[in-house]
Amino acid sequence: MKIEDVVCTFCGCLCDDLVVEVENNRVCSVENGCTLANEKFMRDHRLKNPIRRDGNGWKAVSYDEAIRETAEILLDADRPLLYGWSGTHGEAQSVGVHLAELIGGVIDNTSTVCHGPSIMAIQEVGHPGCTLGQVKNRADVIVYWGANPIDAHPRHMSRYTTYADGFFIENAFRDRKVIVADVRQTESSAIADEFLKIDRGGDYAALSALRAIVRGKGDLIPSRVAGVTREQLFRVAEICMKAKFGAIFFGLGLTMSPGKYKNIRNAIELTQELNRHTKFTISPMRGHWNVYGSNEVFTWITGYPYAIDFARGIAFYNPGETTSVDILMRGECDACLVVASDPGAHFPRACAEHLARIPTVQIDPHVNATTHLATLQIPVAVTGIDAEGTAYRMDGVPIRARKLFTGSYPNDQEILEKIFARVKEAKRS
Amino acid sequence: MTDLLVKNAYVIDPLSGIRGEIMDIAIRDGKIVEDTGSGAPVIDAGGCLTFPGGIDSHSHVCGTKVNFGRYMSPEDMRAGRTARKGVMRVTSGYSVPTTFGNSYRYSTMGYTTVLEGAMAPLEARHTHEEFTATPHQDMLANTLFDGNWAIMEAVRDKDVKRAAAIVAWTLDAVKGFAIKLTNPGGTEAWGWGKDVHSVRDEVPYFGVTPAEIIETMIRANELLNLPHSVHIHCNNLGVPGNYQTTLDTIDLAPDLNRNRQSLYLTHVQFHSYGGSTWRDISSKSEDIARAVNSRPQVAIDMGQIMFGRTTTMTADGPMEWKLYMLHHNKWSNHDVELETGSGIIPVYYGRKSLVNCVMWAIGLELALLINDPWQCMLATDNPNGAPFVKYPEIIALLMSSRYRDIERSAIDPRTEHYVPLFAIDRELDWYDIAVMTRAAQAKALGIERIGKGHLAEGAEADIAIYPLKPDELDPAADYQQVMAGFAKTRYTIKRGRVVARNGEVVVEGANSTIWSRADVPPEYDLNRDAEFVKKFEQYYTVRMRNYPVQDIYLPRGYFISTEASL
Repeated sequence: MKIEDVVCTFCGCLCDDLVVEVENNRVCSVENGCTLANEKFMRDHRLKNPIRRDGNGWKAVSYDEAIRETAEILLDADRPLLYGWSGTHGEAQSVGVHLAELIGGVIDNTSTVCHGPSIMAIQEVGHPGCTLGQVKNRADVIVYWGANPIDAHPRHMSRYTTYADGFFIENAFRDRKVIVADVRQTESSAIADEFLKIDRGGDYAALSALRAIVRGKGDLIPSRVAGVTREQLFRVAEICMKAKFGAIFFGLGLTMSPGKYKNIRNAIELTQELNRHTKFTISPMRGHWNVYGSNEVFTWITGYPYAIDFARGIAFYNPGETTSVDILMRGECDACLVVASDPGAHFPRACAEHLARIPTVQIDPHVNATTHLATLQIPVAVTGIDAEGTAYRMDGVPIRARKLFTGSYPNDQEILEKIFARVKEAKRS
Repeated sequence: MTDLLVKNAYVIDPLSGIRGEIMDIAIRDGKIVEDTGSGAPVIDAGGCLTFPGGIDSHSHVCGTKVNFGRYMSPEDMRAGRTARKGVMRVTSGYSVPTTFGNSYRYSTMGYTTVLEGAMAPLEARHTHEEFTATPHQDMLANTLFDGNWAIMEAVRDKDVKRAAAIVAWTLDAVKGFAIKLTNPGGTEAWGWGKDVHSVRDEVPYFGVTPAEIIETMIRANELLNLPHSVHIHCNNLGVPGNYQTTLDTIDLAPDLNRNRQSLYLTHVQFHSYGGSTWRDISSKSEDIARAVNSRPQVAIDMGQIMFGRTTTMTADGPMEWKLYMLHHNKWSNHDVELETGSGIIPVYYGRKSLVNCVMWAIGLELALLINDPWQCMLATDNPNGAPFVKYPEIIALLMSSRYRDIERSAIDPRTEHYVPLFAIDRELDWYDIAVMTRAAQAKALGIERIGKGHLAEGAEADIAIYPLKPDELDPAADYQQVMAGFAKTRYTIKRGRVVARNGEVVVEGANSTIWSRADVPPEYDLNRDAEFVKKFEQYYTVRMRNYPVQDIYLPRGYFISTEASL
């Protein structure tokens, strides 16, 4: 059976034009998808059943047992952390927040190690952005800063920017200028009209130089800033100011390099400055397909996009204190529930070591690096393949990921609701 | 069968013509009935003021930009947090509370129905998700059409019927309630960093004017027989001298509907400014009130501002940019492809700012100078003018000229030279307040037909009982009590069930989402329109099949069905 307009639940692009062929509860072909999508749909090797660590090996356990044990671990914990969430649908995230509130735990999503600094910058200066279609239909200047979409978001350029023809841009490739800023050459920089090769750690200075030029203080600029020549900086500033509609996209090359959230603040303020001359927007290149959804869901329930601590009965947020890495680094956390992410692969070594010391339960369809740290793993359906639910694209557009067939796995929401019910019951008695 | 009997209530129910009588109200299965069975649980209202449940006809509580207001404002979240208590979950936020925060606070004030003022169709799913997490109010969504490309093309082709077909398709797809025009044409111009400055300015590329959009949409709305009228946020919001644009907009409204207005103008305070700069801004409330008084085909809400901190958020992207240029605080913007825009900035309205004092006066003047309370509803454009928790203060100001005089001494002394407020001695009464906070909204939204905003037999048993005894109170003198009374009901009853009591929410709640579905003849069904489908697939970044909001997002959806006259 061929299914059209399938939503790809891999990256923040959330492409929704895939054609997927399904036979016998298995995806057998994918059209329109990028390499990442093909891998996601075609090479989906799941863990078969819940497993519990047993000495140096693993023992199969039933779902009921796994759920009961997870509830007990959470009830027994003084400082539980509920981490991940970016790889599942909003309805499951919502149960997660209510669970965290119920047990007075900390809930955090993968923003904590990706666009957390972007959120902190936005909380200082705001965020002039737009939906991706606004860029596709209007933008004549595109800037990628610290991002390499060809590798990380392979269809971003063809669906939304460089190669996407739009209403006011009939021949995108000819009518659009592309600027790439990065510390190294990448496949993306190779197709840029202007490549700003910035010295490592020099993003803040380069952004400041551009801001100064746009503000009319260009005479302050020395002959080179962070490895970029004065001439090129002026040229780039001129391209931006003359744009009819410009769009900046930034990635982890900017959020996680020296300067962190101050880099993003500077980039946003450059965008605000450019709006005095023309129309300009800025958007983060969100990684996980539903990391933005976790920010949205957390926010409407708790008021904050990530790193929320319920220990004192209210929702408390202080990145640097209530963020997962910090809680693990301080050795504070005494039980962790990991849902739909892989901290074992992405967190600092000391955090991973701590996760291995405490009871760590992972709810995830696949064996990953976190499996090796976990005490218990519960496999679930994959949203977008055998589970459905809401996802928020990197620009905030909500799309419902489709279920392509009914498989045998429960989904994240069902598992979490059962854990929630057990915890609630135990708290009542 | 669940019965409930409210005894000894001092009822004001304007839609039923009840102006203050001690009565019993019988409830069965969520509806008002003639009589309950014996043994029904009884609530003794003790002669307290009893209204139908409150209805907010323009508030921003759910959806993309509201949530972004929270996301970008941890300082606001910290300013209003409450702990888990009983069935109440943790809440955060003062001017942009979390969904449960909004819901609990509205509920304890006696509000049972709220219309979200602006939903971008492309992001409708988000609004509906938050509606579900706002469990104590039935929710409705104004749907944005101000910069809709297909609509502007229909306007350019002078094709009202096509415009109607687009509206019908969109409301059905996104489960929207009514047509909202926010700065019509201006939000499209903002796609290029531009704006329109009068109803006769042309929208770049599309070559249509705001006036043409407004006129077409009013007629399209009536062709579809939608319950509500077109709901407009006029061009030039917040600009000194903008009252002329507002008068021009009012002039565009024909009288096409016998049951309600043909044009609803929202937050008119922000659109009633004289002068030409911030230095000489003045009140033009008298001109606006005169226009409203002579035209039964329009209704407005106040858009009152109250002093203090709040967050402004609107689909009017260019306006938020202008505000940013004034305040230089943080600024967010979010344009939505083919449809609309939006922006957010935090503000502080100060008693020491002459401009803010003039704005404060204008809102009150509109309510006091418009003769018929059915034409002027109480709202702050929450949270733009003030968070809705300020409504009780506004009620007190409208009911007491003494309170207004006390406020006069606390604000910029120059204010009185720019506003007529202190020469107005009208004091509104309980009945006026009942009209302005529920009955007029029900009529204006066209939801009295589904039992909202009144207590006649068969109506929804949404009831607010306030700890106020009209026979023992003089609101002109006892304004403090009025304020306290409207802030916390003794009982809020939603669909026949007590949901809040003395300021505390007592059940988890289960709301409905109300939307409009206009049936159009097959030749107006855009799903079969090759041109519409082609453009959709070409220019949106979401496939047409993935655009409509699935029924699962409206667990208790309720639609008002109409037959289009096409």
